[in-house]
Amino acid sequence: MSLSIALRDLLLDPTLRTVSLGSAALGVVSGGLGAFAVLRKQSLLGDAISHAALPGIALAFLLTGSKDPLVLVLGAAAAGWLGTLLVMAIVRQTRIKEDTALGLVLSVFFGVGLMLLTFLQHRPDAAQAGLDRFLFGQAATMLQRDVAIIVWLGVGAYAVALFFWKEIKLLAFDPEFGASLGIPMRAVDVVLTSVLVIAVVVGLQTVGVVLMAAMIVAPGAAARQWTDRLGVMVVLSGAFGATAGVAGAVLSATGANLPTGPMIVLCLTAIAIASLTLAPNRGLVWAWVRQRRSRRQLRVEATLLDLYAMAAQHEDPGHAHSSRALAALGRGDVPRTLEQLAARGHTRHLGADQWALTQEGRAEARRLLDEQRVGGGGDDA
Amino acid sequence: MTPELPAGMTAAIEVNDLTVAYRDQPVLWDIDLAVPAGVLMAIVGPNGAGKTTLIKAILGLVRPAAGEIAIHGRPYDEQRRLIGYVPQRGSVDWDFPTTVLDVVMMGRYGTLGWFRRPGRTERTLAVQALEHVGMAEFAERQISQLSGGQQQRVFLARALVQDAAIYFMDEPFQGVDAKTERAIVDLLQELRAQGKTVVVVHHDLQSVPEYFDWVMLLNVRRIAAGPVGEVFTDENLRITYGGRVPFIAAVAGHAPEEPAARRVASR
Repeated sequence: MSLSIALRDLLLDPTLRTVSLGSAALGVVSGGLGAFAVLRKQSLLGDAISHAALPGIALAFLLTGSKDPLVLVLGAAAAGWLGTLLVMAIVRQTRIKEDTALGLVLSVFFGVGLMLLTFLQHRPDAAQAGLDRFLFGQAATMLQRDVAIIVWLGVGAYAVALFFWKEIKLLAFDPEFGASLGIPMRAVDVVLTSVLVIAVVVGLQTVGVVLMAAMIVAPGAAARQWTDRLGVMVVLSGAFGATAGVAGAVLSATGANLPTGPMIVLCLTAIAIASLTLAPNRGLVWAWVRQRRSRRQLRVEATLLDLYAMAAQHEDPGHAHSSRALAALGRGDVPRTLEQLAARGHTRHLGADQWALTQEGRAEARRLLDEQRVGGGGDDA
Repeated sequence: MTPELPAGMTAAIEVNDLTVAYRDQPVLWDIDLAVPAGVLMAIVGPNGAGKTTLIKAILGLVRPAAGEIAIHGRPYDEQRRLIGYVPQRGSVDWDFPTTVLDVVMMGRYGTLGWFRRPGRTERTLAVQALEHVGMAEFAERQISQLSGGQQQRVFLARALVQDAAIYFMDEPFQGVDAKTERAIVDLLQELRAQGKTVVVVHHDLQSVPEYFDWVMLLNVRRIAAGPVGEVFTDENLRITYGGRVPFIAAVAGHAPEEPAARRVASR
């Protein structure tokens, strides 16, 4: 299926429509809420929750015998929640640091989950078939009921985040100050973590345990590049998640059975890379342009002062010098710098590589020298 | 027992037998302290003396191994509304996506209660506090664009909107420019003039006699506490800093009288 057919099907084919809608919804939920994890520098938490959720899925099936998505999602949430509470408890009660605790819980829970999955696959009945899709995710099997679950859990999680907005903001920015105000920050931490658990488990079926962390972290990291407001960042983060969700779902429908989860994550990566490089102010490209501009400005000023100093050694303040004489002072790229100075009206080209300061150029040089004296401070005061 | 205060002074903060330990290592050992209401007190001591921990223990941010703390005679939990807190500037991420005004309004979150958003009242109070510290034109500025001194003033403004009776400030002079230092000193004096009690973790011994009227010398144990003129002595400083007093002793509380008098006479 080519891309144009896939895009047409997005409007007409009910299956692809459902899959796209579901992917968009989970992008909004995990991306938007994941922004808080990014701001708390708890990017690993998403990874820990998703891996910790795996045994919950297997146990939920083992105990109920049902493959109802709601049952599996709730099992995943319970295990993910337990895993993160365990991380918090380990950090508080022992000398183990948070990153180590996250790694520990992540691998132990994931190991148990894999063991349970293998055990289930060796059972004679075929009912367990398809549980392994939670490892790498599969969108093609998404039904309207799955979409409804994502939407309702997402609405609930967003409502909680909205209710505790200012407490969560304190938790992310200055938890000790919050505690000094009498706000139970540990409880707020549990609330936010629970919200993040929801943000993770809604995407497990589609994106999979292994790649889910990217859905939590990448949209937030990308959104932070474009805005300096927390609210805008959460909205933008959700929008990036949704965009990647739809794009990934459509792309996976075009190719030869490309898996949805990895496609969504690749789209997210593209958004994140574009944001990291191109975003105004924070983007790498702009930082580079700024640096280049200031370096050129410094070179222009230095050359102007060189000319001023050289002319001062002669009676005539407009005394001309060659670019080679200036280059001998160790400035790079002298000819181009002189052209730039001429364009500003600070130098005159007297032909045959002879350059002299104009009146404006001399005034500018004196201004720069004054500025340096003030900025340098003290020693000649 | 709490040390006796001079006659006519009531204690704003009382600390009894406070011990705090990280793992097995005592950070604060058996601290007794009574801070009279209305004083401007510096806590000084070498690095690792437990100055920040003492403040955090009083604020309930660090759980003590033993000891009691009372604010105006009652437990801290009941007196929280009386307290304002200025943490160390470096304790937060100044790249957080929020504005100056927003940070200042956080000082009202405690009185706002659950679910309520800061509204016009909070905004007005925050703007007033920013005007107070000379930062009004920065209200809408993203906090990552502030200099160190400006960050400190934002934290002070946040404490001001708490409208507290007792303020705890953790190294407010750390890494600020001379202008901000002057502004903070003026603010501290102003708070004292309003009858508030201010406790400041302080590093610069030179300025203690000039800025403060009460001082506590701390090095895991309480070395001394009282009026600067009485307890800020060579002897106490030597005990506190283990003989390595990091500045010329003549500047300290009681010693300089003689040279100062000589200087005046020679004019």
